[in-house]
Amino acid sequence: MASSAALAVLQSAGRGRARRREWAAVLGRAVRTPRGATGLSIVGIVVLIAAIGPALTPYSSTQFVTAPFANPSGTFLLGADVLGRDVLSRTLDGGWVLLLMAAVATLLGVVGGAICGVCAAYFGGHWDTLIMRIVDIVLAFPQLVFALLLVSVLGPKIWLIVLAVGISHAPQVARVTRAAALDVCERDFVRAAQILGMPARRVLRREVLPNLTSVLMVELGLRLTYSILVIAGLSFLGFGLQPPAASWGLMINENRIGLVANPWGVLAPTLLIAALTIGMNTLTDAVARASLGVGRQADDALLSGISAAGAVQ
Amino acid sequence: MTASEETSPVTGGEKASPVSGGEEASPVTGGEEASPASGGEQIGPASGANGNGPVASNGELRLEVHDLQVLRIPSRGRGASDVLDEVSFHVQPGQVLGLVGESGSGKTTMALALLGHVRRGLVIGNGKIVVNGQDILRMTKRDLQRLRGRQVAYVPQDPSSALNPTLKVGTQLREVLASYEGDQKRRAERLTEMLAEVGLSSVPGILNKYPHQLSGGQQQRVGLAMAFACRPQLIVLDEPTTGLDVTTQRRVLETIRELCQSYQVAAVYISHDLAVVAEIADHVAVMYAGRLAEVGPAREVFDTPAHPYSRGLLRAVPSLDRSHVLTGLAGHPPRPGSRPPGCFFQPRCEFALPECELGQPPLVQVSAAGHSARCIRAEEVAGLASPAGPAAVQPASATAEAMLLDVRGLSATYGPATVLHELTLSVPQQQCVAVVGMSGSGKTTLARCLVGLHPTWTGEVEFEGEPLAKGFGRRSDKQLRRIQYVSQNPYQSLNPRRTVGEIVEQPLTHFEKLPANERHARVVDALTAAALRESFLDLYPDQLSGGERQRVAIARALILQPDLLVCDEITSALDVSVQAAIIELLRGLRAERGLSLIFITHNLPLVRSIADQVVVMNGGRICESGTVAQVLQDPRDAYTAQLLADVPKMAPVGEA
Repeated sequence: MASSAALAVLQSAGRGRARRREWAAVLGRAVRTPRGATGLSIVGIVVLIAAIGPALTPYSSTQFVTAPFANPSGTFLLGADVLGRDVLSRTLDGGWVLLLMAAVATLLGVVGGAICGVCAAYFGGHWDTLIMRIVDIVLAFPQLVFALLLVSVLGPKIWLIVLAVGISHAPQVARVTRAAALDVCERDFVRAAQILGMPARRVLRREVLPNLTSVLMVELGLRLTYSILVIAGLSFLGFGLQPPAASWGLMINENRIGLVANPWGVLAPTLLIAALTIGMNTLTDAVARASLGVGRQADDALLSGISAAGAVQ
Repeated sequence: MTASEETSPVTGGEKASPVSGGEEASPVTGGEEASPASGGEQIGPASGANGNGPVASNGELRLEVHDLQVLRIPSRGRGASDVLDEVSFHVQPGQVLGLVGESGSGKTTMALALLGHVRRGLVIGNGKIVVNGQDILRMTKRDLQRLRGRQVAYVPQDPSSALNPTLKVGTQLREVLASYEGDQKRRAERLTEMLAEVGLSSVPGILNKYPHQLSGGQQQRVGLAMAFACRPQLIVLDEPTTGLDVTTQRRVLETIRELCQSYQVAAVYISHDLAVVAEIADHVAVMYAGRLAEVGPAREVFDTPAHPYSRGLLRAVPSLDRSHVLTGLAGHPPRPGSRPPGCFFQPRCEFALPECELGQPPLVQVSAAGHSARCIRAEEVAGLASPAGPAAVQPASATAEAMLLDVRGLSATYGPATVLHELTLSVPQQQCVAVVGMSGSGKTTLARCLVGLHPTWTGEVEFEGEPLAKGFGRRSDKQLRRIQYVSQNPYQSLNPRRTVGEIVEQPLTHFEKLPANERHARVVDALTAAALRESFLDLYPDQLSGGERQRVAIARALILQPDLLVCDEITSALDVSVQAAIIELLRGLRAERGLSLIFITHNLPLVRSIADQVVVMNGGRICESGTVAQVLQDPRDAYTAQLLADVPKMAPVGEA
């Protein structure tokens, strides 16, 4: 279905003769493996639900339509929630904001982190020390606590949550990118560009960054998983979309008192969040493996190292 | 660290799921006749505890390879094809067989097969590898493991990556001995013996040092000590001296030779450096596209090569005694699966006849001493005169007095250490100055100072009468454009994410704003100058061979039409045949474009073929300089003389 359409697009991009797009090639290779295909399918289904769900809701997601915690029935497929609203409608409606927030926060974090990491590696010396010590300080706060701190001080605004989550990602992305960039910056082709007198911005953009594509792709996938969890978590704690709007995290919180009466109020959003993170993780894992096989045989040791790293998180 | 802990012996486990470290351990893939049941009489836990117990029933041959075939397992997108086929040779105890050929000809596959191992995706088809009377291809996994390191030892190319950097040398040596003999005391004795054998006993506290505290030569000696530790019957050396400088190389070669002779070990020495092979080998096997092109006693093969391929290789080797035109072989060895019809060498062969396309030529006996070649014109080729090329004439320097680059009293520091001391040298217009010396003599630092990559130096450097700033950031655009740098490793000097066209045009777009068609013309011009075709424009570096990559790097340097090209060991990562082609290219460019060169190398014979003047460096100082003829024929400095004596020589190839 959606994934196979995406697959076709990626495959054609991967084969493109004139311009070789590293990310498309790696993604194409990844989704051709069973692991990648599984991951992409799961993610695809959840994203589809979240994206077109709001258009398919049988009832308004904020309207009281039946008795609180009514059991699933023919008219209300997943029953009712704590206030008697249709769980199915709220589930269909409550995902897209979460996904959007997670995506923007991830993008923010990865872009910011990558810039810091690459600059630290390239300029070295004092810049390196300065950037990496700031990174260390931010790293000292647990991600959720950091976001909570900002939000509880400045109020539960959507943009603030996105910003907070993004900032909390940046240091870890910076660390990984710096390590990878250190290696690339030592290569002779970077020197060759330098001794032409090219400005640093250009050297970084043309020579260094394209060689970090696969590292950044893995980072992007990994951070997206974290973003989803953190934002859903914040929403559960009451930061995020405010009632009566529907949101998966919020739904879990609202309906947990009725877990016995109608488990679907909690189960539906939980399952979707779980599926999304597991699918994303599987896909990222496949991408990491595929990116190692670029052009040549992947080194076994390196592979097991990466999959071990994947297992850790 | 021999390959003793390798997993599945004969199959490389295809592209199996990478998680499984290698639990599928069928000893021979396609393994119809695997299992110890067949060929039973040869199986048996290779004699007692110490491997050197004479099992030898047929004591004549230590190693016999018979009709060996290694196949590529077919997978999506590529069919089955052979990587090696019809390979047969044998080695007697105490003798060294040199296995030579360009990269991609199957040498390393052969080396690993001798240990009963193949890379992922390959499988041994048929044939026999008999070590001391036992066919190792019919052994069980256990026996094979027992064999490796004890009876068959392997010395890899790069000692620094073969030794474990976190363990002391002593620990690693003892580890090998652990499988040797039970007695503690005997083992300790053996350890000191081993060190003495490889000439390491004079290094104080060697056992307590870590690999990174040793020099490259010492590391390779540790590798040799490990390989010889259990007194193997057969030792496989995969280019063990490639990264070493001539003096160290000479000593390592001597050590190998002595050990092989005193313990009657048979050795297979793999190298693309014919001069080294000429120095060490008794017999030579020339490999091309997975077949043996020629086998025979070393002297005969080098004096009267009977295969056009061997002849071509020999002609590419620079000689210390005379400056001759080096002729590279055009093209590169065909890959498995895309080999031409008939004789595999026929498309590159200058002796090719129409018949050559018809079928694989058989091995033709050329002399009674076991010299044979796989060529229908073998007799004829062997009868030809020596393959050395015509004498090379360096392009006449127009005005020898005008100096392009003047270096006076250059001293460079690296942190607290001074690595270059008061260097003074000059490069006349349109001349080539070679800088030679062992590794660590400061050659590369000098190059980096000149191009502005190493800004911590003092002294004066003038380029066309104008002082040159220390770092590239402070040099004028004009200076940056006119001095170009080609670095050592073509695998690192090109951005893998850019096409050849983008790489070559990069300097141009940085310095000049040109309309697209003009820029394109300049790029094509530079590619042509570097002997590349326009069709390379859209290729990526990983689609090119090493020689082609280096040409791209040269094209990138040429596009700005520089006056001075600083070449830092640009051929050291390349095969002799490719090296010859690059050298000829540079010589042509000097004549055509009036280019001056600083040519940094550790390869003295190469200097003969390219340079006008030579500067010999030792420990960051210049110990001798002068014209090439003067320095190479009549060295004044003891160090230069030593360096010259250590160069492996092909010995005078029989003239006529």
